Amino acid sequence: MWLGLVVVLPLTALVLRPWEVGLSGIWSTLTEDRVLAALRLSFGVSLLAALTNIPLGLMTAWTLTRYEFPGRRVIDALVDLPFALPTAVAGIALTAIYGPTGVLGEPLAKLGIKAAYNPIGIYIALLFIGLPFVVRTVQPVLQDLDREVEEAAQTLGATNLQRFRLVVLPAVLPALVSGFSLAFARAVGEYGSVIFIAGNMPLKSEIAPLLIVIKLEQYDYAGAATVGLAMLLISFGALLAVNGLQLVLARRGRA
Amino acid sequence: MNFRQADDISAPTPTALEIKGISKAFGRFPALKQVSLQAKDKEFLALLGPSGSGKTTLLRVLAGLETPDAGEVRFAGEDFLALPVRRRKVGMVFQHYALFRHMTVAQNIAFGLTVRKRAEKPGKAEIADRVAHLLQLVQLEGLDKRYPSQLSGGQRQRVALARALAIEPRMLLLDEPFGALDAQVRRELRRWLRELHDRAGVTTVFVTHDQEEALDLADRVAILKDGELIQLGTPNEVYEHPATPFVFDFLGQACRLPGVVDGGRLRIAGWEGEAPAGAPQGPVEVFFRPDEVAFAPPGGTGLATQVRGVAQRGPDVRIDCHVEGAPMELQAHGPSLPPGVGPGLSVRITPLRPQVYAAA
Amino acid sequence: MTLLRQGFAGRGPLVRLPGLAPLFLALTLLVLGVLIVLPLGVVFHQAFARGLEAYLEPLKQPDALAAIRLTLVVAAISVPLNAVFGVAAAWAVARFEFRGKSLLVTFIDLPFSMSPVVSGLVWVLLFGAQGWFGPWLQDHGVKIIFATTGLVLATTLVTLPFVARELIPLMQDQGADEEAAALTLGAGGWTTFFRVTLPNIKWALLYGVLLCNARAMGEFGAVSVVSGSVRGLTTTLPLHVEVLYNDYEFVGAFAAASILAGLGLLTLVLKTVLEWRHSGELSASRRH
Repeated sequence: MWLGLVVVLPLTALVLRPWEVGLSGIWSTLTEDRVLAALRLSFGVSLLAALTNIPLGLMTAWTLTRYEFPGRRVIDALVDLPFALPTAVAGIALTAIYGPTGVLGEPLAKLGIKAAYNPIGIYIALLFIGLPFVVRTVQPVLQDLDREVEEAAQTLGATNLQRFRLVVLPAVLPALVSGFSLAFARAVGEYGSVIFIAGNMPLKSEIAPLLIVIKLEQYDYAGAATVGLAMLLISFGALLAVNGLQLVLARRGRA
Repeated sequence: MNFRQADDISAPTPTALEIKGISKAFGRFPALKQVSLQAKDKEFLALLGPSGSGKTTLLRVLAGLETPDAGEVRFAGEDFLALPVRRRKVGMVFQHYALFRHMTVAQNIAFGLTVRKRAEKPGKAEIADRVAHLLQLVQLEGLDKRYPSQLSGGQRQRVALARALAIEPRMLLLDEPFGALDAQVRRELRRWLRELHDRAGVTTVFVTHDQEEALDLADRVAILKDGELIQLGTPNEVYEHPATPFVFDFLGQACRLPGVVDGGRLRIAGWEGEAPAGAPQGPVEVFFRPDEVAFAPPGGTGLATQVRGVAQRGPDVRIDCHVEGAPMELQAHGPSLPPGVGPGLSVRITPLRPQVYAAA
Repeated sequence: MTLLRQGFAGRGPLVRLPGLAPLFLALTLLVLGVLIVLPLGVVFHQAFARGLEAYLEPLKQPDALAAIRLTLVVAAISVPLNAVFGVAAAWAVARFEFRGKSLLVTFIDLPFSMSPVVSGLVWVLLFGAQGWFGPWLQDHGVKIIFATTGLVLATTLVTLPFVARELIPLMQDQGADEEAAALTLGAGGWTTFFRVTLPNIKWALLYGVLLCNARAMGEFGAVSVVSGSVRGLTTTLPLHVEVLYNDYEFVGAFAAASILAGLGLLTLVLKTVLEWRHSGELSASRRH
């Protein structure tokens, strides 16, 4: 009942609302240059950031589970910071760091790299938001990995690299994929941490969620709902593809 | 000349594995203390002991999965400790098999061959051939495309064994190979493993906490306790002549009574008999098996016991009795029990093969 | 190298990558430092850039105080709502078989995979000036969008999964045996719930509430859509940060942000303590 009120009813509105303007209305909204650019940017940069987070997250999870060092538990806890830090706070903090006068922005600018108010800034924010998803899905798998299995590989003559590639990696692959998909889904919808650093230039660094807000401010409800629905459907399709991949992986390694 | 030749043939098989003074501590806990033992070529050696005795640690030292703090391991004269795990060519079967769950049975078995350097790697056809042969050896033909999750415990165990044999190991190491199986499967596999060992002809060391398994299967048994080697011998030697009360107790059921050895005589609770050869003088602990006693006919002589209860268990009879107030449990075959043994009565017994140890 | 003990005490090492250990550690620290710790540091650094006076000054503004109050009010309504819903939903999913169960679970999870902006958008579509119920509401003088109600609704939708997500796997793991035992011993339904069910899930519930609260107080995207950002009236603390920032009142923005960052840190500490102390009583999937 509660769920119906809080989730289903609003979603129905989202699904039905765009049709008020008819198929042609939807089509014309979706083919606006600005909408296309925003969708392309949101999904493209999200994909790039989530892909980057795979090696970064794997390495972090690896270090946290395989090495013992002072402060490990504190660092372990800090990984969750992007979950705990309100997105707006993260947004202005990242902007302060990578802006033209920021701690990292200034040296980067000297190197000729502009790290804020453009897609690079969006990429950085999405890296920040997505990293814990990969770490937290991979870490428990790495932790629970049967040590005997690795030892078995060793006694059978596998080198360290072979052990990693043939034994460890296949075991954590499903977790890596789901960590990636979580990071990707979150990145596509991310708003607070991105809009401050993005610069929000139409056609260049304007993300899809922001476009929804802009359309709402112009009272273009149908247009906003269209973009929202499109985002939802594309994410859904992407996740479906990932789940399919997951299924293939799972079939190979049924526990 | 002829004599010399005959001598050579009957000479003991050369020592394959030589362990000298191995010590290993985990933090403050000493897992192995100065353990030395040898295994002959093609020998089937059991490391037997209760949990925490260091037997698994010793096996892992042999595999190279643990580095000892002190000591030496040589195999066929070669310094084994200097070799990294993957160059030792030991086939290890882990307690929980440690199969690669994302690989098929065939891929599991082939793993040790496929990870070889290109120059040493057999061709695809040869690997397939070898896998087929091993599947046949472990009687798992037709299961090559299955995943480990689709196999029973006993089948997984055999895949693990085939995988270990695939690398043509110089030595086979088995860690509680039957630990995770139920009793029925366990007995079947035991015989089969022994046959496999005899056919493969590879030195085998296996760890177990099951004395029956060790005595049944091994050429020689090494008994460990608290990281120390207590006794090493053939199953017969260790069972018939346990070196310490611990070994006696560990290898089967035991009755123990305090006694005194004086000259050639052994006295227990008012009864006196001949002391076994080489028994220590003075106060001793006397051990005997509960089924290795002779019951005296009524009016006969022997150690006096007060019977508390008699329970029939199939062909065997269990007798709960007291000797000078201390409880003891005896076993007899129905026919060997004298008539009239019942609760409240006294019966006299003679331990047939007592082992005598100096009292602690 | 004594600093880096590989693997864990007792047994030998896992994969040995001895040469890589310091490299991995250094790289990990670099990534986490630059990506995660640095932003946190910057918030406080910027907030205190002009001293304590300048830090406290913007926080004393009526608008800031109103924003703090509004944030607390919104959280105080939506968190208990979701806690009750979470327990009920988890109980239903873990204890009963019914048609559409997996659909229910999907819907519970849905807000996690939706953009917060969309979570706000849907309410505007319903109750906004041109929403389905907008005209009717206007006629009756009820304001939802650009008012506290809208903020509560948006926040509730965004934070809906936290408690339920935490409890469902745990209650499924625990099974119904203990409850059945209590019932056979003569306990009534509510007695069983309060004396058996609730004690078993209390730490996980607390954990879920903690995360739910952190998100509720820090939510930005969803509330920014429904708020209209009327200063002092419909700005929660995160929105207040944005307003100040866009007005180039950086110290004020970071001062407000530092409160939220402090809240995030506090959540992190409490969460970590819960994980260490009561890991057995939290579900295996406690890390989302």
